[in-house]
Amino acid sequence: MTDSADGVLRPSDHADAAPGSGDDIASPRLGVVGWLRWGWRQLTSMRTALVLLLLLAIAAVPGSLVPQRSADPNGVTQYFTDNPDLAPVLENLSLFDVYTSPWFSAIYILLFISLIGCVLPRTKHHWKALRSEPPRTPARLSRLDDHRTVTVSVPEGQDASEVAASAVDTAAAQLRKSGYRVARYDGRGTFSVSAERGYLRETGNLVFHAALVGVLIAVGVGGGFTYTGQRVLVEGQAFTNSLLDYSSFNPGRFVDSNALAPYSMTLDRFDVTYVPPGQPGSGQAGDFAANVTTLTPGGERQEGQVRVNHPLDVQGDRVYLLGNGYAPTVTIRNAEGVEVFHDSVAFLPQDANMTSLGVIKVADGMPEQLGLIGFFYPTMDTLTSGALTSTYGDLEYPVLTLRVYAGDLGIDDGTPRSVYTLDPTDMTQIAGGDSGTPALTLMPGDTQDLPNGLGSITFENEAPEGATGYAGSVKRFASLSIHRDLAGPWVLAFATLATLGLLAALFVPRRRMWVKATPEGSAIRVEYAGLARGEDPTLAAAVDQVVERHRSSLPAPDDQSRPDTGKVD
Amino acid sequence: MPGTDPLLLDEISLLLVWTAVAIYVLAFIAYAIDLARRSDLAIKAKDEVVARELVTAGGGGVIDASGGASASGGSVTKPRYLWARMGTALIALGFLFHLAATVLRGIAAERVPWSNMYEFALTGVLLVVAVYLVALTRFDLRFLGSLISGLAVVLLGGATLAFHVEVVPLADPLKSVWLVIHVFVASLATALFALAFGLSVMQLLQARRERKLAIAASTDAAPPRRSFLQTLPNADALESLAYRFAIVGFIFWTFTLIAGSIWANDAWGRFWGFDTKEVWTFVIWVLYAGYIHARATRGWRGTRSAWLSIIGFVAVLFNFTIVNVFFKGLHAYSGLTS
Ligand code: HEM
Repeated sequence: MTDSADGVLRPSDHADAAPGSGDDIASPRLGVVGWLRWGWRQLTSMRTALVLLLLLAIAAVPGSLVPQRSADPNGVTQYFTDNPDLAPVLENLSLFDVYTSPWFSAIYILLFISLIGCVLPRTKHHWKALRSEPPRTPARLSRLDDHRTVTVSVPEGQDASEVAASAVDTAAAQLRKSGYRVARYDGRGTFSVSAERGYLRETGNLVFHAALVGVLIAVGVGGGFTYTGQRVLVEGQAFTNSLLDYSSFNPGRFVDSNALAPYSMTLDRFDVTYVPPGQPGSGQAGDFAANVTTLTPGGERQEGQVRVNHPLDVQGDRVYLLGNGYAPTVTIRNAEGVEVFHDSVAFLPQDANMTSLGVIKVADGMPEQLGLIGFFYPTMDTLTSGALTSTYGDLEYPVLTLRVYAGDLGIDDGTPRSVYTLDPTDMTQIAGGDSGTPALTLMPGDTQDLPNGLGSITFENEAPEGATGYAGSVKRFASLSIHRDLAGPWVLAFATLATLGLLAALFVPRRRMWVKATPEGSAIRVEYAGLARGEDPTLAAAVDQVVERHRSSLPAPDDQSRPDTGKVD
Repeated sequence: MPGTDPLLLDEISLLLVWTAVAIYVLAFIAYAIDLARRSDLAIKAKDEVVARELVTAGGGGVIDASGGASASGGSVTKPRYLWARMGTALIALGFLFHLAATVLRGIAAERVPWSNMYEFALTGVLLVVAVYLVALTRFDLRFLGSLISGLAVVLLGGATLAFHVEVVPLADPLKSVWLVIHVFVASLATALFALAFGLSVMQLLQARRERKLAIAASTDAAPPRRSFLQTLPNADALESLAYRFAIVGFIFWTFTLIAGSIWANDAWGRFWGFDTKEVWTFVIWVLYAGYIHARATRGWRGTRSAWLSIIGFVAVLFNFTIVNVFFKGLHAYSGLTS
């Protein structure tokens, strides 16, 4: 094993360990305990750690080549459609869930077991080293690479031993002042001080590795207490923070979904600005802001803004802005003039100029159920092909077109259906497409008859009284994501700790320094030597500095003083 | 800057970029000539001080007289490398144009000039050259000059041709202080990794040469051909210098990772989601952690760990180019419309 006088314990295949000290060759006959011990030593060796690290890097790569369910579920669906033969094979290899796959987990779990197995004994060892004295001064300092000698003649009438002793006293004081821990080793006519500094290097290394375990635990455990929920809010709408009011909700394992922080939130207004035509980046939308009012159970009302990069903190939850779009308000009346549908329906944006797609479902009040598939163009234009498009994201020339289907919506049997899609298999198209009746085309404020005398449809103009143009004529919606994240702060704390540990581990030099004085007749020989523990590119300079400082406190050095260096440059 | 036309400023900036690229080309040529002529100069210098012939160190390695000189330079017999000086003067001049171009681009855009692919390249390469120039004040790294100037020409010229876009207002997700911090620190880390990469490449070449010298010394095989390598520090010195740049780079990369997570948490509501870009940042971090470990593992120190440093930097370049342009993910900020 590693020399324990070292002060640092290293796995036996550490580059600094004495060659041959490792158990590279298994001993011939091992009992069960022997094998276990051998296996454990293999697992906690530097080589295993290195191989596992490299494996981890390689294993992470496929997740960037193949879409991942966690990050891009639609991409996975698309992949299955595009590669029907290959996808099931990849699925069997967990390639769509790389980061939760058995093989990826195996690698990092082994790595962390190795890490703990490596760090625990080292911590114990370091704890002892922290409270023990620097080791005995080596007999022959001249063997060390960084070694200097100065000879000083003893002033008339003074005792050489006394001069030597006081020279070492001074050296010890100086070293202690520069942060070394010192111990005196006098004897056999020599006087010496042994000094060591940079315990922080090993402390940093241990803190770093331990903090990595902290990060992993914080992610694992904290994730169990974390929930995220999504909700689309149209201007003027409110929602309460309860399971029922979310369109989707992902609780961690330990979340009590029935005890969410009770508050409600109203979307008062959604702001967005557009780069005007003729300027660079024309048409680009930005400065999205959802202006909301939250109401706490205590009856406290608070206004706030949810913006990109600036989530809103509400009662320990954070509210994020995920998306936005238009929500045309449509009223449908049946042949008797009775209102059977009135709502602002969120239309999903399809391109940068907010061409939007949405679905309206009328379940009751009509002879047959109605389904309408609509396109909304905030600034409608006609392509040369005759197709409609939007050329600008703001409401300059808003047009809503609708294809109408009649029949069975397929929602009565309880099968969950997305509000954004319409399944027309059991329906007949009565407007648009090949139905013989053109699609309905409306601008805000327009009312039209539905085909087959079914009634009428109105595209409501939501602009406030006295507004000019179409500004504000169609409501907007914000898609919000509400999170409670208990892991985050802990992960950040451990990551910060790891970084601090890393800084110490990499940049604090750990070194030993010795100053030894030997009386030689009417002179004393003072030797200085330094020894690096780990990377230490500035050791030679440090030894020089010690010599320099100490020499100025000594009687004038002899003529034949030779600050020789042990190193051949 | 009200009253100034951003388009015009950007055009001037582009002109400065191309001037910088041209000067970097000249620097590359000068440095290349320097490398080609170095071995001759070294021979001449050696003839003057015959005593400093090949020295066999106690450890059994063969160290060149001039090669043994520490990387901080100052060997008595060090020949004066005129072409290298010219290269350094040119790369410094190129840097000034490059700096002006970058600052002007920032003024034109009224924000930090590192918000799309073109600007990352502009600032990133600027930092590579800057770190090289700063390092030159402490170490004689001019043997890396042709690599650094070559990299600057390829990356800056290539990025300007392929990625240049007009100044447009920032998209909302990029309006964050973390853009300023995270991307800048990432570029700085990249610059340090680039120097470590160059040193590791030289280390590999040097190690191969030292092996051949050792073989030649013990058998009567022909010694390796003369080359600029004999004027370089020995492989060990190159390795420890590469390591020193790499660990500083690693610290910055660690910070990049953390800052990126904080930003992701603000922007997307989760600090980590294995988005493609996050995956690659992580892979690079782990690769360099592996490199640092390898340096401390018996049997991996030396050539093998040098390969890890090289692979790490290749991953950095891959992350910047291929991943940004071709991989799908949330980090859609190349500024290119596909
Ligand atoms: C999650 C996995 C790991 C990561 C990311 C990691 C990362 C690092 C880094 C960045 C360093 C350099 C900083 C320093 O010296 O403190 C380091 C050093 C070190 N690591 Fe790890 N490590 C991991 C696992 C392990 C394991 C499993 C072992 C035990 C076999 C280990 C043993 C060491 C040792 C002994 C050093 C000191 C090297 C030296 O003397 O310079 N590490 N590690």
